[in-house]
Amino acid sequence: MADVPAETRTKPYGGEVLPPPTVRVGPLRWLRENLFSSWWNSALTVGALALLYVVGKGVLTWAVTEANWAVIPASLKLLLVGFYPEEELGRVWAVLYGTVVLLGLSAGLWGGLLREAAVLLGAGVGVLLGGLLLAGWGERGLLGGLLLLLLGGAVVGGWLRARAPVLLLRWGKRVVGGGWLLLPIGAVLLLRGVPGGELWAEVPVARWGGLLLTFSLAVVSIVLCFPLGVLLALGRQSSLPVIRWTCIVYIEIVRGVPLVTVLFMASLMLPLFLPSGWEINKVLRAIAAFTLFTAAYVAENVRGGLQSVPKGQIEAAQALGLGPVLTTLLVVLPQALRAVIPANVGQFIALFKDTSLVFIVPLLDFLGIALDVLENPKWGGPAREMLLFVALVYWFFTYFMSHMSRKLERALGVGER
Amino acid sequence: MPKAKDPIIIAEDVHKWFGHFHALRGISLTVHRGEVVVICGPSGSGKSTFIRTINRLEEHQRGRIVVDGIELTNDLKNIEAIRREIGMVFQQFNLFPHLTVLQNITLAPIWVRKMKRSEAERIAMELLERVGIPEQAHKYPGQLSGGQQQRVAIARALAMQPKIMLFDEPTSALDPEMIKEVLDVMRELARSGMTMIVVTHEMGFAREVADRIVFFDEGRLVEEAPPDEFFSNPKHERTKLFLSQILQH
Ligand SMILES: Nc1ncnc2c1ncn2[C@@H]1O[C@H](COP(=O)(O)OP(=O)(O)OP(=O)(O)O)[C@@H](O)[C@H]1O
Ligand SMILES: [Mg+2]
Repeated sequence: MADVPAETRTKPYGGEVLPPPTVRVGPLRWLRENLFSSWWNSALTVGALALLYVVGKGVLTWAVTEANWAVIPASLKLLLVGFYPEEELGRVWAVLYGTVVLLGLSAGLWGGLLREAAVLLGAGVGVLLGGLLLAGWGERGLLGGLLLLLLGGAVVGGWLRARAPVLLLRWGKRVVGGGWLLLPIGAVLLLRGVPGGELWAEVPVARWGGLLLTFSLAVVSIVLCFPLGVLLALGRQSSLPVIRWTCIVYIEIVRGVPLVTVLFMASLMLPLFLPSGWEINKVLRAIAAFTLFTAAYVAENVRGGLQSVPKGQIEAAQALGLGPVLTTLLVVLPQALRAVIPANVGQFIALFKDTSLVFIVPLLDFLGIALDVLENPKWGGPAREMLLFVALVYWFFTYFMSHMSRKLERALGVGER
Repeated sequence: MPKAKDPIIIAEDVHKWFGHFHALRGISLTVHRGEVVVICGPSGSGKSTFIRTINRLEEHQRGRIVVDGIELTNDLKNIEAIRREIGMVFQQFNLFPHLTVLQNITLAPIWVRKMKRSEAERIAMELLERVGIPEQAHKYPGQLSGGQQQRVAIARALAMQPKIMLFDEPTSALDPEMIKEVLDVMRELARSGMTMIVVTHEMGFAREVADRIVFFDEGRLVEEAPPDEFFSNPKHERTKLFLSQILQH
């Protein structure tokens, strides 16, 4: 085009390009503008502070003076890994170390969201386990090692990103990406061991428990239910009646049944359907129940997303010659899934908390073990300390998920008006 | 402007119903290679519907449409082959908001034409140069003005190296000062010999660029003529009324 684009044409009337004005808000100014902007706002602020004081004072004095936190360090091993054999705990640490190194490296290599995730997790785990619990020195050393590795990974990754030649950086990213893909499989193999294996003895999943079990259930179920949910949502829009009706019936039935029922079905009824002699271990049954249950909800969320993609998008893709599969994969799904990040993460958070229902199966997850420990007469019945700790741990991880989901949504929304 | 008589689009007695509504009532139109045909007519007369039948965004129920020797049937192979030959530009741009400008343009060449990424990006940059906004390559559509978005949409369609370009009111959603930048691109495209069908109310553009102007009313092709004749000596009452209304503004 011979025509010079409007933006680069020199304007006859000059017009300097200026940087935007910098606005600095000091803490005092912030306080005045946000908390004491009017007499009404000031009254609310003072009132809220007073209320916080009244409620918080009781809890705080109790936590510092009366509470006996000893129950937590004393049962920490049970809480974290259940009946995983003491002499094999090194494997759990190995998985943690592997994860932390990957997280650190990714934080350095990609920065942004991953860095934030690393900082949040590092701080949270550090505070929760290291500071509050006063675990033994051995554990503290191992925990410190975790944090050091996280930091070290971040430094190495950051160095690669800032200084290393492009080729090395690209390889670094590939290796770390591959590491993430292998991590879940590697972790299961390492933790569970191979039956009859020479190197690592087998640790049947039935002996896993506590936070380790909670995590395993949640992570595996989330990873499986998401693609299943997307497929169900797509199937529900299929032009083939058989597929469409199968998906609709599945989704509507599952959504009409409480999760507890699905878990009961999985633990009591499933054996009836299987040929005699077959047995599926309890953890797999629970995972199947969570996955099948949550997939139906994910499917409904995704359907909303699919419907929110304007028809013009599909027409534009078709007009370019993209077939139905490519149109769905490259144009519709990316937009639909982004639109439903909050709803889906909400679903995953619910799943994470609902894993505590596995007492039905029965399995002893984090909450289950905590309640079990309290049965011990030594601790004199249900202890607030324990329940508070359990709640705090659940809160930390769910907060982490919802925080990262908000950030992810914003990061993916670049340039959208 | 004399053009070699080499038909590239042949539509014969094309009918289309939306439910009971008869939207196209027997349209016959032949477009030759390198020709620029402008379609105008009142709202609801079937202009969009007609050009959308040409690349099968709408299915016609009677009649025949042949594009570059390939007849449009329900055969998916044919439909995809024809869509590869035809670029389309929409009133609402329909850029993909989750992809950058460069990714918007390279998407189809890479996935449909199986072009190498580097090659596709080179071509995309050339096209952005041609429509005058190479510096916007790495922005997202939402960060561009309407006129810039429509020029990206034109570049995106051109990236598939189509033989025919369809425009459905490409400037109707734009502010007046942006209309010119888009029309300039289209003018240059017409000069380069592209076969074009343009639905538009920009009569200045039609008079200057079109080889033929076609007037639609109530699903029928009422009148067709070269621009001079169309504006100076319209035959049908309906055309005269339309022209008097549109030229008043
Ligand atoms: N998907 C549809 N379903 C039902 N009716 C439709 C559909 N699309 C178009 N129509 C009808 O067909 C007729 C022709 O529509 P079309 O969009 O082709 O008109 P147009 O000439 O492009 O008008 P405009 O200048 O307003 O864009 C209109 O009466 C419209 O209401
Ligand atoms: Mg129209």
